[in-house]
This record gives sequence, structure tokens and C-alpha cells, in this order.
Amino acid sequence: MEFNFITVAFIVFSLITLGGAIGVVTCINLFRGTIWLMVSLFGVAGLMVLLSAEFLAAVQVLVYIGAIAILFTFAVMLTRSITSDKMRFTRVWVNVISAGILFVLFALGVIYPVWVANAATHFPVTDAGLATTTDLGVALVSGSQFVLPFEVAGLLLTAAMIGAIVIARDADDEGN
Amino acid sequence: MDCPGLCEALANGGVNLGLAQFISLFIGVVLVSGVPLVTVIFLIWIERKVAARIQDRIGPNRVGPFGLLQTFADLIKLLIKEDITPTAADRLLYNAAPLVSFASVVLIWAIVPFTPYHYGVDLEIGALYFVAVASLGTLAIMTAGWASNNKYALLGAFRVVALLVSYEIPLVFALMVPVMLAGTMSMVDIIYAQSSMWFVFMSPLAMILFFISSQAETGRAPFDLIEAESELVAGFNIEYSGMKFGMFFAAEFLHVFTNGILLTILFFGGWLFPLWNEPLIAFAWLGLKASVLYFISLWIRNTVPRMRIDQVMWFNWFRLVPISILNLLAVAFLVKVMQELGLAPRDLAQATLGEVLPMTIILFLSNVAIAIGLLGQVRSVGRESRLATETAQTATAVGD
Amino acid sequence: MDILNNWAFVGIFAVMAPVFPALPIVIAWLLRPHKPNVLKSQTYECGVETVGDTWVQFRVQYYIYGLIFLVFDVEMVLLFPWAVAYNRLDLFAFAAGFLFIFLLADGLIYAWRKDVLAWK
Repeated sequence: MEFNFITVAFIVFSLITLGGAIGVVTCINLFRGTIWLMVSLFGVAGLMVLLSAEFLAAVQVLVYIGAIAILFTFAVMLTRSITSDKMRFTRVWVNVISAGILFVLFALGVIYPVWVANAATHFPVTDAGLATTTDLGVALVSGSQFVLPFEVAGLLLTAAMIGAIVIARDADDEGN
Repeated sequence: MDCPGLCEALANGGVNLGLAQFISLFIGVVLVSGVPLVTVIFLIWIERKVAARIQDRIGPNRVGPFGLLQTFADLIKLLIKEDITPTAADRLLYNAAPLVSFASVVLIWAIVPFTPYHYGVDLEIGALYFVAVASLGTLAIMTAGWASNNKYALLGAFRVVALLVSYEIPLVFALMVPVMLAGTMSMVDIIYAQSSMWFVFMSPLAMILFFISSQAETGRAPFDLIEAESELVAGFNIEYSGMKFGMFFAAEFLHVFTNGILLTILFFGGWLFPLWNEPLIAFAWLGLKASVLYFISLWIRNTVPRMRIDQVMWFNWFRLVPISILNLLAVAFLVKVMQELGLAPRDLAQATLGEVLPMTIILFLSNVAIAIGLLGQVRSVGRESRLATETAQTATAVGD
Repeated sequence: MDILNNWAFVGIFAVMAPVFPALPIVIAWLLRPHKPNVLKSQTYECGVETVGDTWVQFRVQYYIYGLIFLVFDVEMVLLFPWAVAYNRLDLFAFAAGFLFIFLLADGLIYAWRKDVLAWK
């Protein structure tokens, strides 16, 4: 691995991502946990930029830090006085085992495609052949490519909105 | 990585290539960010002077000529003020919030093209970058309100965040119109796409929507629930004092002007001057247009009363959001039909005035039609509610 | 690589941007007096003393606004590439984008009908 600007940026963004993630799991205060999560996701956005996926990086910041963070804080404030309670998990062993299994699975998911002979193709990041946002837009709505997933996503989002309204309205009525 | 200009000179002079790149980028950053930082000092003076004149006062006139140095006096005052952090506050987040708030506004300037040749970066996803960065400010306000651990602050922050996220929807839909017409998100290319016709003539409604919602994003009257003095004391920043308060303040001032400049770029042709494109004239032309829009923003701020939170929310969800969607659909549909008929060019940057004229006229008329329909609807709703009130009043009068 | 060059600029800008506001705060920290006392550092100093916890349960209304905003946000993100590619799209692809916006408008109309958007 050569040592240059990109390597330094990669190390910094990885540290931000991991540091944020550690912050999330060690933080007792839920609001602080949310902020740490956003730090972690910001690091991921940086990693996306390094992979020349600038559109995805902007989306990551816009959707997660702009919208999900706000939603999380609203959700945190919905839960009664949970932000000030000192919450402790009692079933330590269950957590440790499930976390361990998840870690192994994810690690395999990362390592497997790199080490297995067939999949070990190295994709250099170059400007040539790099998809632009225009290509993405064409691909999303052209009949031969992803138009069905695109519309299904639209339907799913509408369903999510309606579901949220129904559930929240019920909660509101009970609250009153 | 490329290494043009200064970087090349440094590299030829024997500096390590990576270091040369870093130095040239760093100098670029300092130059670009210097513009908003210098501007904000004078913006505060202009803002106070304009507000004073509208209210029939003189405004700052003691420190320096025309009170120009008033901001520096304020700065010194803020610097030597004691800065109180409440014991109950979450110290880390409390201190981080003003930094993020100011940074979120300064970061927008990275993509602002000042002249055809001078800009920070020309990102392919410029418009999206603007929305993403601006949304950081919302999080900063939420954090400030929560970390203060004050009921007024938290309540103010919650209200204002609900308001800010709501008004972001029409803002982005309005922003999508120039992006769609230009076929790119790059700020420089959006300007070039307006070389024969400004987008404001193609979709005045989108411009107005963008203006209104960006006014709301800055938390200015009539949407100044951010610091509804009579209701929430001062909103999310009530526990802040000294320089930290000053940073929230400066961020707001800068945000208003930033919106003016973005509006100029997106709808008023940026630095495109009809006859010649000398950098200095281009820069002055951009600044002039942005200043006019900035002045209109101040004018509205100082003459319009504050709306109630329920009115603000109603105005957004029942008026701005549907209109912005309708406008986007109308523009998209009409332009596509005209493109298929060969009446509209597919590449506006290369098109001549004659080619874009039919498209402009039809789009303008469609926008006017939407606006007239909307005004008619508002009028009938207003009449209904007035009649209802009058009937109720007559009924009580008869009852007495 | 041009893209990374651009983003290197944005990266340095992002590091510098919080430094600008931090600088005057640090200078102020050097210059200003430091005399905190128990009364001065109270929450809402010199106002009415606060009763109870600040971080209490809030209304579900805020959550609904947040969620509807999130849905709109994701849809807008998906619409941006469509808007960028607009000039190159044929009629079918164009109609696909239209259908997407109509679905979005559907959700909004549902929210209107259920009267969850009005501030109560």
C-alpha cells in the first residue's frame, strides 16, 4: 500500500467510522448515541467519496444526517424519560454471543469475495467508464433496466408513509 | 490527481508533489472561504442599517464613517463577554453546536462560482451538495437545543426543526426545476445553461418557491419562530452567550446572503453578463444581483409580521408542497412535449435566444396559470371563512 | 483524477470550516473573564427556576413530521438523477418518473385526508 493523500484520507475516514460506531454502542445517553451514529455515517460518506461514488456520498449525508438524525431525535424524545435513565443490559452473554456471530458473518462477507479465486477481480477506480449521475438517471427509468425497482421503491415509500401515519395516529388517539 | 497552476510551480521548485497539491488546495480553500467571512462582517452592518431605515431610525452611525466599524466594536464586545455554560448542559454537544451551525453555511460557498474562472470546486452533484450541507445546520440547531438542557431551548429547537424540515421539501422541489432544465447539478453548468434565457423567466413560480422556503430556512420573518421572542424567549439559543451566541448569529446573517447568491446562480443567470465576461465584471454582476435579492429578503423581514406555528405549517403542507410538486410536473411535462415536437432545444447551453423563446413563453404562461388558479382558490377559501365568521357574528347579534 | 481532486478541496474545506468559528471562540476564551458561580451557571439563569427534567416525552406530532419528511427526502434523492437525465429521456422513461411523483403525491393526499399535517 503506497502512502499518499488517498491513503491518509482512507485511514482518517475509517477511524471516524469506527470511532463513531464505538461511540454508539458505549453511549448510555440515547441522544448522544444518535450524534455518534451520525459521525460514523459521515465517515462512511467519506469512504464513498474515495470510491468516486460522490452521488451516494451526498445522499448519505442528506438522508442520514439531514433526515434520519432528526427522525431519531424525535423518536428518542417520544420514549418516556429514557434519555436520562441509566439503562443497563442484564443478559450479557446473549449479547456477546449474538454480536460475535454477527461479526463473523460480516467479516466473512467482506473477506470471501476477495480471497475466493473467481471473485478476486480488482476494480481500479478510474475516471474512464465511471458512471455519472446522468447514467444513473437513465438507468433508473429506462424500460430495459431498473424501472420496475424504481417504481416499487416509490410504492414502498408511499406505503411507509401511510403506515407511519396510521400507527402514529393510533398512538396519538390512545395518548389522548 | 491534477497539479496545475500554483501546484505545478511548487512541484517544479522542488517541493514534494503531494505537499504541493496540498498547499495549492489549502490556499484555494482559504481564498474561497475568505469571501463569506469578510462578507459577513459587512452584512451585519448592512442588515442593521436597512432595518433602521425601514423603521425610520438612523441605525449605527457612531463608530467609523457611517457606523461602518460598528461590527468590529460588537466583535470586541463579544470577545470580552463572559461565556456562561450552564452546569446542567451537555458540555461537548453544547460547544460543538455553534461550530457546526456556522460551518454548515460556510461549506455552501465551496461550490459557489464567483466568476467563469474563479470558484472553489465545480462538483458534478453541486445542487445535491448544497442541500446536504444545508441540512447539517438543522442538526446543529437540534443539538444546541437539546444540549442546553433548558425547556425553552428544547421546545424552541423542536418547533424550529419541524419547521425547517418541512420547508426543505418545497425548497428541493423548486431546486429540481433548474436542475431539470439545465440537465445537470453542477452550478457552473447551470449558469451556462442560462446563457440565452434566465430560468426565472421559464419558471417564476419555482423562483418564488425557492425564495420563500429559503427565507424560512434562515428563520427570518415571517417565519422567525426560531426566536419568537414573545413566545419562546429566544428559542434554541437561549442558554448561549458571548462568542458562541455570536456564531449562531453570524451564521444566520451569512445564510441570508448565501441564499441570495444561490438564487442568483439558479434563476438569475449567475455571473453571465450580456456583453463580455471579464472576471471582475462577472463578479460584480453576480454580487449586484445577489445584493438586490438580499435586500428584498431584508425588506420582507422588516415589514411582515410573524406567523403562528400552525399557520406556518399549514402554509407549507397545504400550499407550498403541492404547488412545488405541481410546478415540477407542469414544467417537466411541457418541456418534454415541446422537445418531442422539436420546439424546445435539448441542450440549453448551446441554444440561441430564438430557439428557447417559444419554450420560455409557454412555461411562463403555465406558471402564470398555476398562480392564477391558486389565487382564485385562496380567494374563495378566504370568502368562505369570512362569510362563516359574518354569519356567526349576525347569529350572536340576533341572539343578544 | 479530477473527481478526487475536487473532493480533496471539499475535504480540506470541511476541516477548515469549523475552525473559522472556533478561532474567535478560542480567542474569546483567552480574553474573557472566567467567574462562574453556582447561581450564574443555573439553567435559565436569572429567570424562573426550572422544575423537573427537561428531556421529557414529546408529542407524536413531531415524529410524524420527521417521518413524512424522510419519505419525501428519499423520493427527492431518487428524483434527482431523473431530473439530471431529463433531456436524454424518451417518453416512456419520462412517464416512469411522472408515475413516481404521482405515487409521492398520493401519500401526501392521504396525509391531508387523515389531517395529520395540521399543527395541533
